Amino acid sequence: MLLNLELRREPSRSMLYLTPVIAVLLTMIVGAIVFTLIGYDGPGAVREIFLTPVLDTNYWQDLGVKAAPLILIAIGLSVGFRANVWNIGAEGQYIFGALAGTGVALATWGMEGWWILPLMCLAGVIGGMVYAAIPAFLRTRLRVNEILTSLMMTYVAIQLLNYLMRGPWKDPEGFNFPQSRLFTESQTLPYFGDTIVHLGVPLAFLLAIVAWFVMAKSVFGFQIRVVGAAPHAARYGGFNANTTVWMSLLIGGGFAGLAGIFETAGPYGQMVPQFPTGYGFTAIIVAFLGRLQPLGIILAGIILAISYVGGEIAQTTIGLPNAATGIFQAMMLFFLLATDILVRYRLRIVTPAKLERAS
Amino acid sequence: MNETIFISILMTVVGASTPILLAALGELVVEKSGVLNLGVEGMMLIGAVTGFAVTSVSGSPLLGVLAAMIAGTLAAMIFGYLTLSLTANQVATGLALTIFGIGLSSLVGEGYVGKTVDIFDSIFPAALAEHSFLRVLFGYSPVVYFSIFMTVAVAWFLKSTRPGLILRAVGESDSSAHSIGYSVIGVRYAAVAFGGAMAGIAGCYYSLVLTPMWAEQLTAGRGWIALALVVFAAWRPGRLLLGAYLFGAVMTFELHAKAAGFSLVAPEFLAAMPYLATILVLALISLRKSSGSQAPASLAKPFKPST
Repeated sequence: MLLNLELRREPSRSMLYLTPVIAVLLTMIVGAIVFTLIGYDGPGAVREIFLTPVLDTNYWQDLGVKAAPLILIAIGLSVGFRANVWNIGAEGQYIFGALAGTGVALATWGMEGWWILPLMCLAGVIGGMVYAAIPAFLRTRLRVNEILTSLMMTYVAIQLLNYLMRGPWKDPEGFNFPQSRLFTESQTLPYFGDTIVHLGVPLAFLLAIVAWFVMAKSVFGFQIRVVGAAPHAARYGGFNANTTVWMSLLIGGGFAGLAGIFETAGPYGQMVPQFPTGYGFTAIIVAFLGRLQPLGIILAGIILAISYVGGEIAQTTIGLPNAATGIFQAMMLFFLLATDILVRYRLRIVTPAKLERAS
Repeated sequence: MNETIFISILMTVVGASTPILLAALGELVVEKSGVLNLGVEGMMLIGAVTGFAVTSVSGSPLLGVLAAMIAGTLAAMIFGYLTLSLTANQVATGLALTIFGIGLSSLVGEGYVGKTVDIFDSIFPAALAEHSFLRVLFGYSPVVYFSIFMTVAVAWFLKSTRPGLILRAVGESDSSAHSIGYSVIGVRYAAVAFGGAMAGIAGCYYSLVLTPMWAEQLTAGRGWIALALVVFAAWRPGRLLLGAYLFGAVMTFELHAKAAGFSLVAPEFLAAMPYLATILVLALISLRKSSGSQAPASLAKPFKPST
C-alpha cells in the first residue's frame, strides 16, 4: 500500500478550515506522548493546558484578557501576511506603541478628564505605526528586507524601554524601582464590575468583527485579498506594490501599538521593564492558525490564550515548566504547516491492485 | 593605548565573531541551495543547551560540540521535512522553528542554570597560547580555528567542486537542475542539514566557550544577525569572514566602552548598537551601484517535482 499525493484542481475549502482543528488535536496527542517520554505527566499536561481553562468557568476572565492582545496583533499582521509582507517585529511595535501611550500618561499625570484615555490610545496606535514605518521606509525606498529590520527593531525597542524605565521615566516616588508612575484613574481602562476584564477586551473582539466586515465587504478588503492571491493581477489593477508594503506595515504596527497601550492602561496600570512577554511573536501563530481571517483569528486567539492560562495552571498543579507552553504553541504551528499540504493536495491510498491496473 | 589592551580587544572581537561566522556559513550554504531557513536562532539555542548538557554530564567539551551538531541537524530536519517534503511556507516554518527552539532549550536547560562546565584546553602549548603577543594567534578555543577552516572549506566547496556547482545550480534554477536529473530535494536536504549542524556548533560556542554557562535565550538574537550577515556578504564566504569580524567589533564595543568607563551615552544604547548597526549596514549595502539582486534566484521558492 502506498500513499500518493495528487494535486487538487483548486485548494480545498473544507481542508482550509479543518486543518487548524487537526493541528490542535495532533498537538494534544503528540504533546502528551512527548512529555510522557521525557518524564512528565503527559496526559495531565494536555488536560491542564487545553481542558482545565475551558471547563472551569473561573478561568474565562483570564482567557478574555489574554486573548485580547493576541487577537488585536494578529488581525493587524494578517493583512500583511496575506500580501506577503513579513512583519515579524510586532513585538517591537507593541512595546513602542505602549511607550508612546505611556508618554501621554506621564505628560498628563495629575490631570483629569475623559479625553486622556482616548489620547493615550491614539498615541499607542500612532506609536506602533511610526515604529513599523521604519521597516516600511527601508523596504520601499532601499529594498531592505522587512523580515530582518522589523525583528532588529524589536531588540532596539526592548533597550529603549529599559532605558526609559531606569532613567527619565522612573517613578520619582517609586523607591528607585525601575518602573513608571502608577497611572491615575483617568489613565486606566475601566473594568467590568469586580472582574479582571477591562474595556480593551470587548474592544479587541469588536475590532476583529469590524475587520471581518471590512475584509469581506469593502473595496479595500477586496484589494488586500487580490494582492495576496494574485500579486501580478493586483499590479495591473493599479495597486502599487509599495502601497501594499506601507499599508501592511502601518496596519500591523497600528494594531500592535493599540494592543500595547491596552495592556499598559489595563492589566499593568503602569509601565514596567517586564512588559514584553512575546505576545508579538505568539500573534504570528494566532494569525496563521486563524487562517489570516478575522473570525478565525478570534478562535485562534482564544486557543492560544487557553494554552497560556493552562500553562500557568499546569505549572502549579503538576509542576510542568513554564517553557512547555512555548513548545505546545510552536507544535501547533508546525502541525498546521505540515497539514497545509492537504489543502493543495489530495491524499490517495494506492493499493497494489490499483497499481497493477494502472500499469 | 598599550599593546596588551589592544591585543585583549582584538581577541574578544574574534571571540564574539566566531559564532555568527559559523551560523552564517551554514545559512549561506542553505540559501545557496535556494532555501531560506529563518530558524537559525532556534537551532543555535538547541545546540547551545545540548552542548552544555552533554559536556556537563560527560565532562568532555568535544562530545558536547558533537552533540550540539547532531541536535542542530535534527532541528533542521524538522524544517527540512516541512518545507521540502511537505512544501510548507519557508518563512513561517523558520519562525516556528525559532519559537520551538526557545521553548525547547529553556525546558531542557532548566536544570543547568547556574552550573559550570569543563572548557576546551588550548591546542597549542602554553608558551604560545599565553604569550603576551603571540596569543593573538594561538590563544583561542579550537572552535575559532574550526570556523576559519570552514570558511575556506565552504568557499572552496562552492567554487571548485562538482557537488558545490550542483548545489548552486539547484539554488539558481531548481527546475532546470531537476530536468538535468539532479535531485533538487536531496541537495536541499543536505544543505539544510549542514546549516543545522553549523548553527548547533555556533550555539554551543556561547554556552561552552564564550560565557561559559547556560541561561535562557543565551544567544540574544545573534542568529538573526547571522542571517543579516549572509545578505551583507552578498552570499560570498570571503566577505562573510570580513563581515563577521566587523559585526563582532560592533558587538564587543559595549563591553569595551563599559570597561573603559565610557559613560557619555546610556548603556542601553550600547546594547542596542549591534541591532541598529545591522539595520544601518543592510540599508547601506542596498545603496551599492550594482543593485541587481545577488540572492540565489530560487531563494525561498518551494519546489515540487511533478511526478
